[in-house]
Amino acid sequence: MGKGDLGRTYSDGEVITRQGDVGDCMFVIQQGRVQVLVEKDGVETPLRVASEGEFMGEMAIFDRDERSATLRALGEARLLTIDKKNFLKRVHKDPSLAFRLVQTMSKRVRDLSDEVARLKVNVERE
Amino acid sequence: MKRPAPSGKRREDLQLVDGSKVAVIGGGPAGSFVSYFLLEMAERSGLELDVEIFEPRDFSCVAPKGCNMCGGIISETLVQNLAAEGINLPSTIVQRGIESYMLHMDIGSVRIETPLQEKRIGSVYRGAGPRDLKTSKWGSFDNHIEQLTVAKGARVTRERVVDVSLNGGRPKIAVKGGRPHSYDLLVVAVGVNSAVLKLFSENGQGYKRPETTKTFITEYYLGEETIEKTLGDSMHVFLLNIPRLEFAAIIPKGDYASVCLLGESIDKELVQSFLGSPQVKACMPDDWVSDPRSCQCSPKISVGAANRPFADRLVFVGDCGVTRLYKDGIGAAYRTAKACATTAVFEGISEADFRRHYWPVCRSISTDNSIGKLSFAVTRQIQKWRFARRALLRMTEKEQKKAGSRRDMSQVLWDMFTGSAPYRDIVTLAMHPRFLARLTWEMAVSASPFTRSKN
Repeated sequence: MGKGDLGRTYSDGEVITRQGDVGDCMFVIQQGRVQVLVEKDGVETPLRVASEGEFMGEMAIFDRDERSATLRALGEARLLTIDKKNFLKRVHKDPSLAFRLVQTMSKRVRDLSDEVARLKVNVERE
Repeated sequence: MKRPAPSGKRREDLQLVDGSKVAVIGGGPAGSFVSYFLLEMAERSGLELDVEIFEPRDFSCVAPKGCNMCGGIISETLVQNLAAEGINLPSTIVQRGIESYMLHMDIGSVRIETPLQEKRIGSVYRGAGPRDLKTSKWGSFDNHIEQLTVAKGARVTRERVVDVSLNGGRPKIAVKGGRPHSYDLLVVAVGVNSAVLKLFSENGQGYKRPETTKTFITEYYLGEETIEKTLGDSMHVFLLNIPRLEFAAIIPKGDYASVCLLGESIDKELVQSFLGSPQVKACMPDDWVSDPRSCQCSPKISVGAANRPFADRLVFVGDCGVTRLYKDGIGAAYRTAKACATTAVFEGISEADFRRHYWPVCRSISTDNSIGKLSFAVTRQIQKWRFARRALLRMTEKEQKKAGSRRDMSQVLWDMFTGSAPYRDIVTLAMHPRFLARLTWEMAVSASPFTRSKN
C-alpha cells in the first residue's frame, strides 16, 4: 500500500463483506476490482465485477437487512469505507449528497430489468 | 430541456438561465468547488452555464508561486463526502494517509488510533510543494480540484482581478490592463489573505471581512525514509504549556514535515520555544536542527464570520465568508461552495435567495465555531493544569489499551484534532454524565498526593 493511498487494501480473494452479515457502512472502490457473489446452498454464484469509483454495499445505508451478497477482492483492491450513521446525518443536511448513490441504484435497477427480460426470453424460447 | 430566459419581474430576472455568465474570483478549493457544483447541478437540471475562474496563481508551481498557505489536511468527513460525490483523491495527490494521531504533552504521549483502522485522512500540499522541493513526486491538491472543474467545463483565466463594479445591474470585473466585463453572478472565493477583498470592503455593499489571526507554517525537509521512521502515518499534536501557544501540530507529508502553530501573536521566540521543547525533539530525528532557510509563511486564518457575505448577484464562499474554527477549512469551503451552487442553480441569485438558502449553512458553521471557542478555552485550562493533563492522558491510555472498551475521551480528542465532527457533537459527548464521571475520577486520582509522588 502506497503512503498516499486512502482507505484499506484487501489482498486477492480477501472477503470485504460476507452475505448475511449486518452492514453499517458502504464502500467506494478506490483502486482495483471487486467480485460480487451470491451464496446459496453452499454454492457461490458470481454476479458481476465492480471496478474503480463504484459504490458497493450501498443497500446497508437504507435498510437494516443482512448483506445480500459477498464482496471479494479480485486481485489487490483498495476500498474506502463510508459510515452509515455519519453519511445519513450529512444527507439529512444536504440531500444532494445522495444523488450519485441514487444514480448508481437507478442504473442497477435498469440493469436488473434488462437481465430479467433477457432471462424471460431465454425461458420462453426453451 | 433548456430553461427559457425569463423576462419582466425583477425577482424572475435574478435567476440563472441558459447562457448565464458566472465569474468566480479565486481558484482555491472554495472557488473550484463552487464552479464544479454549479456546473454539476446545472447539468443535472439541463441548464447551460458559462463559468470563468479568475486565478493568477498556477497551483502546479512550487511555493510561493502556487501555494495557498495551509496545513493541508483533508478531514475524514471530507474524504468520505468527496467519495460520495464521485471525487476520489488519488495517491498522486495525497502525500500521506493518516491512520492515527499522537498527542504529546509534557507528562507523556499517547497514540489515538483511527476508529476503523483505515486511512481516511489525507495530508496534501495545496501547491506543488515547498520552495526547496528537490523532486516533485506528488501533485497539488488545489490543482487537482481545479482540473476536475476544467473537465466539467469551467474556464480558468490566469489574471489578477483589479477592479470590481457593483453599481446596480450586473457586476462588472476587470483584470489588469483589460476592459471590464459584466456577469450574471459574481462568486468571491479569495480566502482572507488576498488584496482583492479590499475592492469589496470599499464599495458600500456592506461586506466586512472576517476577523483573522496569524498562524505559522514551516516545511522541514526530512526525506521520505526519515519521515517513515520518525513521524510515520500519524499526525502529531501538542498540548504544551507554552504561553500564547493555542495549538501545534506536525503533519507528515511525502518528504517534508509541516509544522503548524496557532496562537496569539506568534513570533520567533514562541516558534523557538516550541521547536526546542523535548516533546518536539522526541518526534524529530536525533540530529535534527531547524533549518532557517526552510519554506515558511505566516498566513492569516479566519476566526469569525464575514458581515453581509451576499447581495443580489454577489456571494462570498469559503474563508472570506465563513470557515470552521482552526480545523477543516477545506471541508468548510466544500460545504459553503456547495450550498452556494445549489442556491444559485435551484433557487436564485438574489440577496433574499442567498439569505434563505445559503446563509443557514454559514450560520450553522458560525454557531458551531462559538461552541468551538468554548472547547478551546477548556483545552487551554487543561494545558495549564498538570493534574488535568495527567487525567486526560490516563483516560486515553486506558481506552486505547483495552480493546472493545468505550472510547469516549479518544473520540473527543480524535474529533477535536481531526475536525471530523462539529464542535457541538464534541461538547455533547464531553457533557455526557458517564464521560464527566470518568474524567472527574481520573482528575481526583491524578491530583492525589499518592499518584503525584508515584509519577
